[in-house]
Amino acid sequence: MNEIAINVDSLTVFYGKYCVIRDITFSINKNEFVTIVGPNGGGKTTLLKAILGLVEPTNGKVEVFSKPPKELDFHEIGYVPQIKNLDRTFPAKVIELVATGLTGKWKFVITKEIRNLALEALAKTGIENLAERPLTKLSGGELQRVYLARSIIRKPKLLILDEPATGIDSVAEVDFSKILEEQQKMFNTTILMVTHDWEYAFHHSNKVILLNKRLIAFDSPKKAFTEENLKKTFGHIGHEHTMQFIIDKNA
Amino acid sequence: MLEIFQHHFVIKAILAGVVVGFLGGFYGNFVVQRKMSFLGDGLAHVTFGGIALGLLLQFEPFLVALPFTLFVAIALTYLKERTTLEIDTTIGIFFAISVALGILFITLNKRYISDAFSYLFGSILLVSDKDLLISYFFGLATILLAIIFWKRWTYATFDYELAMVDRINVRFDDYLLSVLIALSIVISVKLVGIFLVASFLVIPPAAAKLLSKTFAQMTILSIILGIISSILGIIISILWDLPTGSTIILLQSIIFLFAFAVKQLR
Ligand SMILES: Nc1ncnc2c1ncn2[C@@H]1O[C@H](COP(=O)(O)OP(=O)(O)OP(=O)(O)O)[C@@H](O)[C@H]1O
Ligand SMILES: [Mg+2]
Repeated sequence: MNEIAINVDSLTVFYGKYCVIRDITFSINKNEFVTIVGPNGGGKTTLLKAILGLVEPTNGKVEVFSKPPKELDFHEIGYVPQIKNLDRTFPAKVIELVATGLTGKWKFVITKEIRNLALEALAKTGIENLAERPLTKLSGGELQRVYLARSIIRKPKLLILDEPATGIDSVAEVDFSKILEEQQKMFNTTILMVTHDWEYAFHHSNKVILLNKRLIAFDSPKKAFTEENLKKTFGHIGHEHTMQFIIDKNA
Repeated sequence: MLEIFQHHFVIKAILAGVVVGFLGGFYGNFVVQRKMSFLGDGLAHVTFGGIALGLLLQFEPFLVALPFTLFVAIALTYLKERTTLEIDTTIGIFFAISVALGILFITLNKRYISDAFSYLFGSILLVSDKDLLISYFFGLATILLAIIFWKRWTYATFDYELAMVDRINVRFDDYLLSVLIALSIVISVKLVGIFLVASFLVIPPAAAKLLSKTFAQMTILSIILGIISSILGIIISILWDLPTGSTIILLQSIIFLFAFAVKQLR
């Protein structure tokens, strides 16, 4: 059952003349939970976009389930984008956005069947009561839950999350990791997630990618989170507590 | 009052008004939600340049205006995709060039100045049977395309990236939408005129947006407002001998104010 879900081979991405990702190679097995950790501007989102087929590699290649990303069926990948400037003027209800997770289109009418599935997904992320709310009236954390519901409703084989915990309170964070674990167990979902929460990455992921333009480490959390690797990734480790954290973990 | 309907041209005008109201009411949703309200005005003035050239060459003005307008619509989409320029900037550029050319052509052309003016203001008397047929054909095509593309255009309007991840060919969809908007403008110009055609793409959707909870509601409401304002506007303009385009747009504005008031009261 060690089949490969994502294969990234010598991936290099330039934006114009500026190199964002240089010569990255790794492969992720099916059903693994992998977190990506790195500094702001380290190329995390860009890596995800290359895997999603949104960004063309300048060099090297990306394969997802042995196919170029663009040839995948949309059902196969669930995506929770980094919280971003949602068009705050777009007239829509929460349930409509969740439904797009299933249909891959913005349907004119939502059938009863789809509605029920959407409500189910919303219930899982704890916001069933927001189904008829205008999207424009949601808080940041609520919106993240909507996007999570939208991504799990399609029961994807690969779930890609870009800092999904941003703006989420700590109680909800527990919900979040429960939902992800459940996806992993029940549907054999492969999960790739960007996070700034080292603690979370350490405890929950099977493997960690440390990324700062180059691949600093790709290993189990214990082996990846060494002081040396973190220094390479973040330059200096300025904060007392982060040092503490590493020492704790190594102990 | 009912006797006006006995006149062939009145029926024809109303039929034309229905399709123009429908086209503006439909495509305008995307124009407004994608924050490209200036697009209609820009393309209308490009059409003006084309018409002026057609008059100068003594060639069917619309056959000259059509490729002109389509070219610019495609160029605008291309520039939006390939450069960091905002679309209102590139529209502004093409707008200026087209008007400059239009004025130049009209000045060179000693004979047809009054014709050119009738295109600026529009006239129901300009609408021929052939025009009507073409516009209905295009209206029908729009309905068929809407069945396939509404759900894709809307998705990309909401979030371009999510639509891309879900394997929608957003680039193709964008070009198609621009071309269709350009076509609907060229088709509408005869009735409502260069000056006012853009408001069909802006006012009904804007009013509809104020009253709608979803984009689907907005689409339907905008089409209804577009059609109703056209029909009423044409009838009123004939009864009271007012300019048609102005009457329709003023009616639309009243509807917009009404929508605004309703929104405030809610
Ligand atoms: N569309 C783009 N065009 C040009 N440069 C870009 C583009 N997107 C990102 N960049 C640049 O690429 C670099 C990496 O960006 P990316 O968004 O991948 O970083 P990140 O690791 O996700 O950062 P963060 O933690 O802030 O989300 C940044 O320096 C950014 O300025
Ligand atoms: Mg990022």
